[in-house]
Amino acid sequence: MLMNRRVFLGATALVLAAPAAIGQAKPRLVVIGGGAGGGTVARYVARDGQGAVDVTLVEPNAIYHTCFFSNLYLGGVRSYDSLAHNYDRLVGDHGVRHVVDRAVGVDRDARVVTTAGGERIEYDHLVVSPGIDFVEGSVPGWTLDDAEMMPHAYKGGEQVRRLKSLVEAMPEGGVFGMVAPPNPYRCPPGPYERISMIATLLKAKNPTAKILIVDPKEKYSKQALFEEGWQRHYPGMITRIGPDFGGGSIEVRPAAGEFVVDGVVEKVDAACVIPAQRAGDIAAQAGLTNDAGWVPIDPANMRSLADTAITVLGDASQQGDMPKSGFSANSQAKVAANAILGELTGSRVFPAKYSNTCWSLIAPEDGVKVGASYEPTPEKIASVHSFISETGEDAMLRKATFEESLGWYAGITADIFS
Amino acid sequence: MRLFLAAFSISLLLGLEAQASEIGDRERGEQLFEVCAHCHEVGPGAVDGIGPHLNGIFGRRAGSVEDYEYSEGLARMGADGVVWTLETLDIYIENPRAFVSRTRMAFPGLDDPQDRADVLAYLRDFSDNPRDIPEAEPTARPERYAVAPEVLEIVGDREYGAYLSSECRTCHQESGASEGIPDITQWPTEHFVLAMHAYRDGVRPHPVMQMIASRLGDEEIAALAAYFATLGE
Ligand SMILES: Cc1cc2nc3c(=O)[nH]c(=O)nc-3n(C[C@H](O)[C@H](O)[C@H](O)COP(=O)(O)OP(=O)(O)OC[C@H]3O[C@@H](n4cnc5c(N)ncnc54)[C@H](O)[C@@H]3O)c2cc1C
Ligand code: HEC
Ligand code: HEC
Repeated sequence: MLMNRRVFLGATALVLAAPAAIGQAKPRLVVIGGGAGGGTVARYVARDGQGAVDVTLVEPNAIYHTCFFSNLYLGGVRSYDSLAHNYDRLVGDHGVRHVVDRAVGVDRDARVVTTAGGERIEYDHLVVSPGIDFVEGSVPGWTLDDAEMMPHAYKGGEQVRRLKSLVEAMPEGGVFGMVAPPNPYRCPPGPYERISMIATLLKAKNPTAKILIVDPKEKYSKQALFEEGWQRHYPGMITRIGPDFGGGSIEVRPAAGEFVVDGVVEKVDAACVIPAQRAGDIAAQAGLTNDAGWVPIDPANMRSLADTAITVLGDASQQGDMPKSGFSANSQAKVAANAILGELTGSRVFPAKYSNTCWSLIAPEDGVKVGASYEPTPEKIASVHSFISETGEDAMLRKATFEESLGWYAGITADIFS
Repeated sequence: MRLFLAAFSISLLLGLEAQASEIGDRERGEQLFEVCAHCHEVGPGAVDGIGPHLNGIFGRRAGSVEDYEYSEGLARMGADGVVWTLETLDIYIENPRAFVSRTRMAFPGLDDPQDRADVLAYLRDFSDNPRDIPEAEPTARPERYAVAPEVLEIVGDREYGAYLSSECRTCHQESGASEGIPDITQWPTEHFVLAMHAYRDGVRPHPVMQMIASRLGDEEIAALAAYFATLGE
């Protein structure tokens, strides 16, 4: 089977890589977005291709601040600076060209990406990994302009700092409010880890403060683990209003500092609003998204179903069972890099294997995890094996799990940026 | 080393040897324990030496004697929840390194199942509740757990290993850094293969590694071992 596939792919590669084969320019890969998906695929294609492919990364920021572990910064467990990564090694060691600009258009017929600064970049294959944008109007009363008073802090960077300063400025015994997003959204346990870390911060600095979560979902990721942990570490501090008590009906008033939950006004002294999500804008501009706002892909190699010259990675893709996480984006990127190299250079292509593990911190040194392995089926990327931490685990195991997560962070950031 | 590992692979057992009708002969075990006694004390007043004291070892959590400096590997096993039982002790003393990689116990292991059974029968006397430790358990004969010699002989496809290793590199760093997650570069391939099979077969606990290993075939494990063995050289 492997053999047949290799022969088959070898044959396609010959056709597609024709320019390289007859001594013309190198095949060109362009990557939009230098995050977990885009950074990884740029690094793997540049490095494993050993110079056979010309790799251009279009990313407007010189510094990438990871969303992963940004909650730990809120809880005082990590410094803000430890979340920052740059592209120096991708450029210096692996020969990636970094165009520090935003992509504003994709001409799929001409195979050209245009940037805000007006550069036109041609590609033989394009990777789109722009992460998420928000669904306008999904939280009545809130727009992107309100991020100063009620930040989403869901794209990393400055807003995370802003959120922390708002929490630190809360009056004694004040209320912190969160509007949690509906499914699907990036990092399913993320809002609840955030609550845990804000509770850690408040427990130390403002122990009589309260936390209110307004949530449109019946259930959420690792719920039993979070609830057990909140009870143990922050008894009486956290209240969650689910859809059964009106959590589905929310309006916010950023200027007044109010949540209106099912018609009842709740005063909040600081708040975080995480709206409904969709693929990053450029995916829609390129005409790749479906009605739900995500990009359907081929489970075997992450190629867009609308255009086989385009691969879509990470949060923007709609692939099946994998959660939208940095780990998933990185895992998908490695499968995609192998397929892209096969296509552009004729190198060996191996069957796709995907996996994910998400650690969450409930309190300092109280870590839990959930994970699964996945494989492509004709319809979707399907889960084959999964595990989750259990309630009632002892402190030693939870600490070991936390330490493991530090190892993972060091590992994945090296795998993306080094 | 090869010979020794082959012997290990043929007789590594999940449970008691089939022929043992009780744990073993404690008198004989006491004599055999002399080899352990170079490093371990057991009995009234036992203290830590090169190795930790072994009083109450049955039912004790791995790596849990306070003030004793365990290797990272054994401490991690303890944190993962490994408790010393007949099964886990039998596996560990047969080949300490396969069960706890890079354990500080510099002892090659006891190949003979009867020797192990006898030593464990002796150690049982110093456990809090010897009566709770079954004489002949499990009643159903245990499955033999073995990594077949021909599996250890497979020559790994390094290129395939390089691709497969991309999955590992999300957590295990190429640089060999080992903060929070162990370094797996430059291991002897046999050790690597044994460790991966032990996860795949559920002999070594750890949900992440069991999941990762569960979908790897013998060829894939060999390919990974071949790749990591020379990574960073
Ligand atoms: C609070 C929080 C906690 C999280 N914790 C974890 C965790 O513990 N583990 C985990 O695995 N995941 C975690 N995640 C999820 C993780 O951050 C995302 O799933 C991951 O970053 C997705 O990768 P991506 O490549 O799809 O997008 P991103 O990493 O967001 O990268 C997208 C990049 O594209 C760029 N971009 C966007 N549009 C354009 C354009 N038009 N032109 C050029 N560039 C563009 C952006 O600047 C950005 O750098 C967390 C997320 C949050 C919010
Ligand atoms: C050369 C010294 C040495 C010899 C010989 C030796 N051990 Fe050990 N043993 C150690 C050391 C050191 C450790 C701690 C290992 C670590 O931290 O990885 C240990 C750990 C152990 C443990 C785990 C203890 C715990 O607290 O988790 C057991 C059980 C054990 N040995 C049993 C034996 C038995 C039975 C024998 C004889 C068959 C034996 N050892 C022979 C040095 C030795
Ligand atoms: C999600 C993170 C993660 C991924 C991915 C991962 N591992 Fe691990 N690995 C760990 C952790 C955590 C441990 C420590 C487990 C323990 O306590 O037994 C470990 C332990 C190991 C060990 C034993 C090391 C020792 O010192 O005992 C080996 C061998 C290993 N992994 C190989 C692999 C291989 C090969 C892959 C890829 C196919 C892989 N791992 C993928 C997290 C990971």
